[in-house]
Amino acid sequence: MKIGTPKEMLEGERRVAMTPESAAQLQKLGHDCLIETGAGAEAGFSDADYAAAGVEIAKTAAALWKTADVVAKVRVPDETEVKRLRDGQTLISFINPAANDKLLKSAAKKGSTVVAMDMVPRISRAQKMDALSSMANIAGYRAVIEASNNFGRFFTGQITAAGKVPPAKVLVVGAGVAGLAAVGTSTSLGAITYAFDVRPEVAEQIESMGAEFVFLDFEEEQADGAATGGYAAVSSPEFREAQLAKFRELAPDIDIVITTALIPNRDAPELWTKDMVAAMKPGSVIVDLAAEKGGNCKLTVMDEKIVTENGVTIIGYTDFPSRMAAQASTLYSTNIRHMMTDLTPEKDGVIDHNMEDDVIRGATVTHAKAITFPPPPPKIAAIAAAPKKEAVPELTAQEKRAAEVAAFKSQTRNQVTLLAVGGVALLAVGLVAPASFMQHFIVFVLAVFIGFQVIWGVAHSLHTPLMAVTNAISSIIILGALMQIGSGSSLVILLAALGVFMTGINIFGGFLVTRRMLAMFQKS
Amino acid sequence: MEYGFTTAAYVVSAVLFILSLGGLSGQESAKRAVWYGITGMALAVAATLIGPGSGLWFLSMIMIAGGGYIGYQLATKVQMTQMPELVAAMHSLVGLAAVFVGFIAHIELGRVLVMDDAAKKGLEGFVALLAKKDGVEIAILRVELFLGIFIGAITFTGSIIAYGKLAGRVDSAATKLPGGHMLNAGAAALSLIALIWYFNTGGFFPLFLMTLAALFIGYHLIMGIGGADMPVVVSMLNSYSGWAAAAIGFSLGNDLMIVVGALVGSSGAILSYIMCKAMNRSFVSVILGGFGGPAGEQMAVEGEQIAIEAEGVAIALNEADSVVIIPGYGMAVAQAQSGVAELVRKLRAQGKNVRFAIHPVAGRLPGHMNVLLAEAKVPYDIVMEMDEINDDFPETDVAIVIGSNDIVNPAAQDDPNSPIAGMPVLECWKAKQVFVSKRGQGTGYSGIENPLFFKENTRMFYGDAKASLDKLLPMID
Repeated sequence: MKIGTPKEMLEGERRVAMTPESAAQLQKLGHDCLIETGAGAEAGFSDADYAAAGVEIAKTAAALWKTADVVAKVRVPDETEVKRLRDGQTLISFINPAANDKLLKSAAKKGSTVVAMDMVPRISRAQKMDALSSMANIAGYRAVIEASNNFGRFFTGQITAAGKVPPAKVLVVGAGVAGLAAVGTSTSLGAITYAFDVRPEVAEQIESMGAEFVFLDFEEEQADGAATGGYAAVSSPEFREAQLAKFRELAPDIDIVITTALIPNRDAPELWTKDMVAAMKPGSVIVDLAAEKGGNCKLTVMDEKIVTENGVTIIGYTDFPSRMAAQASTLYSTNIRHMMTDLTPEKDGVIDHNMEDDVIRGATVTHAKAITFPPPPPKIAAIAAAPKKEAVPELTAQEKRAAEVAAFKSQTRNQVTLLAVGGVALLAVGLVAPASFMQHFIVFVLAVFIGFQVIWGVAHSLHTPLMAVTNAISSIIILGALMQIGSGSSLVILLAALGVFMTGINIFGGFLVTRRMLAMFQKS
Repeated sequence: MEYGFTTAAYVVSAVLFILSLGGLSGQESAKRAVWYGITGMALAVAATLIGPGSGLWFLSMIMIAGGGYIGYQLATKVQMTQMPELVAAMHSLVGLAAVFVGFIAHIELGRVLVMDDAAKKGLEGFVALLAKKDGVEIAILRVELFLGIFIGAITFTGSIIAYGKLAGRVDSAATKLPGGHMLNAGAAALSLIALIWYFNTGGFFPLFLMTLAALFIGYHLIMGIGGADMPVVVSMLNSYSGWAAAAIGFSLGNDLMIVVGALVGSSGAILSYIMCKAMNRSFVSVILGGFGGPAGEQMAVEGEQIAIEAEGVAIALNEADSVVIIPGYGMAVAQAQSGVAELVRKLRAQGKNVRFAIHPVAGRLPGHMNVLLAEAKVPYDIVMEMDEINDDFPETDVAIVIGSNDIVNPAAQDDPNSPIAGMPVLECWKAKQVFVSKRGQGTGYSGIENPLFFKENTRMFYGDAKASLDKLLPMID
C-alpha cells in the first residue's frame, strides 16, 4: 500500500504526520511512502531527508491524494481535502468526530475509511498510538516554557552574591497527561509546584512527580476516574465551591498558574475566576491550556496573549504542540506508525481493517460506506476500577499508647515465661548433674545465647559466607582429635589422624572459600 | 606447658570466633571478620598442640598440612555455582570427624575403666582426664559421646546425600523408601534403645548399632527432601555439625569446642528458621519433606502465555528507566550470572536504575544469589532484599525474572487454596512489564501453575538463560 502525507493546510500548523524515521519503519511493514514536497520543512525535515529514507516526493497535494492508498495527516481535514477523498482510501488523522458530522457523512458516502487518532481507546495496548497523550505531553511541557518566557524571574530559588531570589510558585490545575508533564517540567526547573485534580486517585501520581497535591477538605464520594475512561467527570456545585475557595486562598501567593481542566464533550469549566486574577501579583502568568474549549479562565482569549490591568499575563495559545514541531512530529508519526503496524498484522504491506479489534474499531469512524461513530464500549475496561478501600480507623493517641503498652506487656510476659522455664529447667539439671558437668553446661548455654544474639545481625546477603565460615570453625572438633592422637592404641591413632586430616581440609577450605567470596563483594 | 596458658588461648579464640560471626553483619566488616576466625582457629590449634594431652604432634602437623593442601585446592578451584555442593560436602567431613572422635573416646574410656588406681596415676592428657571421673560423670560422659556420634553420623550421611543432590549425582526429587517416615521413626527408636543399653553396659555393640541407625536416618531423611528445600537442609546440617561438635566438647571436657559448637549450632538453626519463614512453612514440614495436599480446588489459571523474542525485550529495556532483575536457581544452573552482570553494566551505563531483588530462598543455599552476583562483579549495594524492594515494583518499568518460579508466584497471595498460599513472594507482576526467562512451559519445583506467566503484562522469553542473554546483549545500546 502507498502511504502519503500531505502538507498541512491550516495556517500556522507546522507539524507533519510522517518523518524520515517513521517512513523507514513503515517501509519495513511492506508499505511505500509518499510525501508532498515541503510538508516537513517547518518541522525541520527537508525533502532530501525524506528522499534519503526512500520516500517518494509528490509535487502537489492533488497528486498525492490521487496516488496514496492511505493518507496520514495531523489536523482535521478541511473541505478541499474531504473532496479529494476517494473510494477505498483510508484517512488517518485527528478528526474530532463529535463535531464534524458533515465530514463523516461525506466520507461514508464516498466509501473511504476514516481512522480518528483522537478516538483511540485508552487501554494499555493502545497507549503506543495514543496521539492525544503524546500531544498533551508536549503541551504541558511547552506551557511551562511559555510561562517562563513571560515570567520575569527565575523558577528556582537562589542565594547569590547579589541577593536572595525566592523560588517561583506554580499551580497546575488538572493532572491529566498535560498537567503531569507541566508538573514534571516545573519541578525540574526548580519551582515549588502545587497541583490539583478532582480525581483523588491522581494524588499519588502528582506526588511522584515531585509536586504537592492540593487537598480539599471536602466530604463527598468523588467519582473514581476509572469509571469514565480515565477522564474527569463533572463535579457537584458544592464541590466546585470548595474548590474555588481553595484557589482563592492560594491565588495571592502563586506566580504561575497552568490550567488544563477539560471534560470530554463539554465547555471547559471555569476554575480561575476574575477575582483570582485580580488577586495575583503583577508579573504573574496564567497559561490556559483549555483555551480551545473556552478556557478555564474567562479572561483568556483564544490563540492570543493578553496582559490584564494589574499586570497578569494570560496566555491562550492552542498550538503548543505545533510550536515544538520537530518533537511533536516525531511522536505523532510514531503513533501513526504503530497504528499502521496494527492495521498490517502480517507485515506484508496489505491492510487488514479488522473491525473486531477493540483499538481499530474504536478509532474507526467511517468504514464500508457507513458511519461507525460512536463506537461500542471496548470489551476491556480502560482502567480497572480501584476497589473501595476499607477506611482504617485512625487510632487516637490514647489508643496507640494503650496498644504499645499491651504489646510491651505481652512481650515482657513472653520473655519472663521463657526465662522462668529456662531457669527452672537449668535448676532441675543442676539438681541431678555433678558440678563438673554444670560448669560446661553453663558455658554451653551462654554460648548458645551469644550465638542467637550475634547471628540475627548477619546480613542476608552474607548467608553463604556465614555458612562457609561456620563450617570452617565447626572443625574445632580437630581439638578433640589432637588431644586423643597421642594416647594409646594404633586404632586410636588411625582414627584420630583421619579426624585431624578431614578437619584440616575443612579449616583451610572453609576459611579460604569464605575469603574468596567476601573479596568479591564490591560497592559500586 | 601449663593448663593456664591453654585455657587463656581458648578464651581469646572464643572471643575471636564470636567477633568473626558478628562481623558478618556488613560486607566491609566481614572482610576483617574472616581474619578473626582464621586467627582464632590457628590459636586454638597451636594451644592444643603444645598443651596437655597431645602427643605425636609431628604426625598431627603432617595431617593438618595434608588436609590443608586439599582444602586449598578445593577452595581455589570451586566455582561459585558449586558453592552449595562444597558446603554440603564439608559438613559431611565434620560429621565423620565427630563420629571418629566419639569412637576414640569410647575406646579410651573402656581402657581406663579396667585400669587399677596405680596405673591411672601414670596416665597423661585426655586419658588422665577420663581417669578422674567418678561413676555419675562417666554415665553422663556416655550420654554425651553417644549424642555426639548420633548427630555426627546423621550429619555425615545427610550431607553426602545433600551433596549428591546439589551436584546432580543423586536425583533431586524427593524419594522415600516404602514405609516412609515410619522407617525414620523406627531407626530413631532403635537408637533410643541402644542409648539405654549403652548407658547401662558401656559395650561397643549398642554404640555400633546406633551409628548404623543414625547413618540410615541421615540418608533417608535427606533423600525425602526435594531440591528446592535445600537451603533449609544445608543450614540444618550446618546446625547439626555444630551440635555434634558441642556434644563431643562435653565428652572431652573442652570448653572451646562447646562454645564454638553452640555458636555454629545456633547459627544454623537461625538460618533454617529464616529460610522456613521465607517459605511460610514450618520447619517440621520441610524436614518431613513434600508439600501438604492443597486444602481445596486451586484457582484455574486463565489466559495464555505469550512468548517474545530478544528484539522485543531489548526495545523494552532500552526504553525503560527502572529495571528490577529477579534471579533464581535457573540462573545458577545456566551459569548466566556474568551475562546478567554485563546486561546490568550496559543498562547502568545508560543511567538507568537497575536493581536486583533477592528472595531469601532463591537458589540452593542461603545467600546463594548474592554470592553469584558478587562473583560476576555486581556491586552489592544494588542487590536488594525482598522487603527492601517489594514496594518499589509499581514504579518499575521492567521486571526480568531469570530462572525463578515459585518465589514470584502471585497465587501465594491470591489463592488461599494454593499449596504456597501465604508464602511471601516478590510482587514483580506489579511492574509495568515483566519478562520471564525460562527454559520451557513447565511448572516450577513445587509443580504449581504460576499465574504470573499468564498475566497481561508478562511476556515469556523462552530459552536457556545464558543463550537468551547472549542474544539480547548486542541489542542493548
